[in-house]
Amino acid sequence: MSTADAISLLESWLQKRLPEQQQSWLHEQIDKTLLSNSGKDLYITLGLVPRKLSRHDLDLSAEELAAADEARTGWDPSLWNIAGAARILVLAKVAQSRGDAFGQQYQELCRTADVSESIELYAALPLLPASKELDQQVGEGLRTNMKAIFESIAHRNPYPRETFDENRWNHMVLKALFVDSTLAPIQGLDERANDELAGILCDYAHERWAANRTVTCELWRCVGPFAKAERLDDLSRALHDSDDPDSRHAAAIAIAQSPQADAKNLLAEFPELADAVAAGKIYWGNNQSSPLVGN
Amino acid sequence: MMFIDPHAHMISRTTDDYEAMAASGVVAVIEPAFWVGQPRTHVASYMDYLSAIVGFERFRAGQFGIRHYCTIGLNSKESNNEELAEAVMEILPRFALKEGVVAIGEIGYDEQTELEDRYFRAQLELAKELDLPVMIHTPHRDKKRGTTRSMDVCEEHGMDPSKIIVDHNNEETVREVLERGYWAAFSIYPSTKMGNARMVDILAEYGAERIMVDSACDWGISEPLGVAKTARLAIERGIDKEQVRKVCYQNALDAYGQSGQMKEEDWLNPPPVDQRTVYEGNSILRGGRDPVVEEAAVKRNADNLLIE
Repeated sequence: MSTADAISLLESWLQKRLPEQQQSWLHEQIDKTLLSNSGKDLYITLGLVPRKLSRHDLDLSAEELAAADEARTGWDPSLWNIAGAARILVLAKVAQSRGDAFGQQYQELCRTADVSESIELYAALPLLPASKELDQQVGEGLRTNMKAIFESIAHRNPYPRETFDENRWNHMVLKALFVDSTLAPIQGLDERANDELAGILCDYAHERWAANRTVTCELWRCVGPFAKAERLDDLSRALHDSDDPDSRHAAAIAIAQSPQADAKNLLAEFPELADAVAAGKIYWGNNQSSPLVGN
Repeated sequence: MMFIDPHAHMISRTTDDYEAMAASGVVAVIEPAFWVGQPRTHVASYMDYLSAIVGFERFRAGQFGIRHYCTIGLNSKESNNEELAEAVMEILPRFALKEGVVAIGEIGYDEQTELEDRYFRAQLELAKELDLPVMIHTPHRDKKRGTTRSMDVCEEHGMDPSKIIVDHNNEETVREVLERGYWAAFSIYPSTKMGNARMVDILAEYGAERIMVDSACDWGISEPLGVAKTARLAIERGIDKEQVRKVCYQNALDAYGQSGQMKEEDWLNPPPVDQRTVYEGNSILRGGRDPVVEEAAVKRNADNLLIE
């Protein structure tokens, strides 16, 4: 399976969902854009897509989503909409045909993109060839103040897991918390957890506590496997947070993951919680609205 | 009552203003590209400005449950810098088809120079090519003749008056604008343009057909609640509610809706993708609170001590 297969899949989903007239319009625009070497046709095509096609959800079936992941590991178009998907198809086809020149074109598109376009340009990453320019542009995208644009990179996107160095990864996770986003939809969250990040997150929890603000339970997910020494004190504090059952559950999972042998003693006070974690009844899932499962 | 403010430079306004506008019933604003108080000297700063009004400002408004639209254009003052103007004309097509762009504007005359005339005409042609409505800024000085001239030039270019909104009208210009078939917008802007009591008198005289009210709020001393306050004053002074709804909501929607980019569903029943990304929903439409016009003034008060 390859990017080309993924692009064909995307094309077939649109074919199934677009009325015939819109389908042929899109085909003509794509052909025109591919033939022309000027950026102008590409700008006009991308500008016209949402004026011609609907913004309704693409609404892919479980089978279609499974096929997506099989064609391109980690590709998750579950929240894409029709016009957005069509724009991404245009981008992917242009990238295929322009080769190395596409990186600069991509940056130029991002430079004057509106909100939806920015979201779609970043959501397209799994179908675009990696390059220095894309990498630079993604760094720019992460600095945005617009949550939905940040999430188009961070959430349901294999690009960060595959390409980010540790510093960029850690700052993406931390920023997700800062902008009141969630961690569950970040691909590779557990696999890319690291000691440095665990330290940053514990510091962040202290800042929140000092300001009398709540600490999201998701934070502990990246701490558990690196929970030693004073980080265990932080987990103990979360474990005793009687106002927030999610926090207690999250802390219990994290403590169970600690590499420190005596960490489990912290759970002695809460045998039921310890049993539930050990039996796999409480665990981290990937559901954005309730990342903790089984509580 | 729901309101649209079809001329508001939100990029110059604070979050308090957004809150107050949403609380007063404003569901949508149109942000015309304009002069930011001092001249831009490079096309790149123009580009970033246009990016901001199709991007961040749209997002910012959405956080307050207000739908944000904009118009794209080269304003009359900066048309006088030929080098800049030429470069801006080159990049306008890149922005004119962005989501939420409802017109080419605000364009027209300031000092009625030759260069202003050249770029006004070029942008009328662009609007025709892209089939977009036009928002015309009528000049502050020599207004009456400038307004007449703006319409003459539109007709020379074969423009359809029903797709053109002539803004910043006053008692001296309104009759001709309406008689020639254009939309007549009024900016309720303290001291310089139009007061709302005068506006109510105009409504009493001319009715509501093709008339709309805006705030034109910007970096100057201006009033982001211009539309809501005018509506309330008009009702208090006996103007029919349906007439008020037309000039403070429906006419703006009808005029700029001709772009295909602005629909009532955008705020009444937005597609799920918008709610995930750019629009957090209006508290009034969610059955929140009654319109409170004065609330913002109370909030910005040094006696209100706690910041959390």
